[in-house]
Amino acid sequence: MFITRKVEFSASHVCRSPRLSEEENRARFGKAANPHGHGHNYVLEVTLEGAPDAVTGMVFDLKELKEILNREVVEPYDHRFLNREVPPFDRIVPTPENIAREIWRRLEPAMAGSGQRLHAVRLYETPDLYVDYFGESPCST
Amino acid sequence: MFHVTRRYRFAASHRLDTAALSAEENRRVYGKCNNPYGHGHNYVVEVSARGPLEEASGAAVDTRLLDRLVAREMLEPLEDSNLNTDVPAFQTVVPTSENLAIEICRRLKSNWHTAFPGEWPRLEKIRIAETERNIFEIRADEIE
Repeated sequence: MFITRKVEFSASHVCRSPRLSEEENRARFGKAANPHGHGHNYVLEVTLEGAPDAVTGMVFDLKELKEILNREVVEPYDHRFLNREVPPFDRIVPTPENIAREIWRRLEPAMAGSGQRLHAVRLYETPDLYVDYFGESPCST
Repeated sequence: MFHVTRRYRFAASHRLDTAALSAEENRRVYGKCNNPYGHGHNYVVEVSARGPLEEASGAAVDTRLLDRLVAREMLEPLEDSNLNTDVPAFQTVVPTSENLAIEICRRLKSNWHTAFPGEWPRLEKIRIAETERNIFEIRADEIE
């Protein structure tokens, strides 16, 4: 069984890579490369896989999951300029792909002690664009 | 193969409390959901079925048949109910949304052939949003 908890955060970012020239950044990222950044209302859906506990009838305490998401994601990310204020986005471009993978990396150890498995991280950058990340799989390495 | 999902809504109340735990433990485990008089949700339930396209109709799932099945097995018994007191399954089982997903899936799966006697379509999964932020999903093949 899967359970999913949704949280939101608002942040600004700029998509440009120091490894690319000004012209290449413009070509690759378009307006998203505007140097002073721009913002999104990000929506994050985190899905765990597990079976309901025989006593409580719950797969995972959703209050606790909310606290973990607040601590690991909302508090550090909300109302921040990701490139300037939130490592590792001072070094890697905060595309939704990279943000989703970084959130997975933060959550996986936080979930490790719970006995439940992190199944998916879905990050909406806008209501019309989202990324699903299921962790590294052998074919992607 | 097509995967067809139809969304249904019903409102119900529940209280999370199990006889297996003390009053204090119930409060600790379930928090506000353990408040003595219960509380309600507008549940949103997505029912997904899969099957090949039926050539004559151009449809994989006859949603009128699905609607009738869902109305009989889910909406009529659960709409505007108190899950703890009005639904026999929750006399002994805590009506968490995990257990509600199992109960709805079991009802639809065990009565599926009254609506769809052929090989296809088959019930695929149930997805319940208790609130917009808390979502529970179970595949039909997880239920016996």
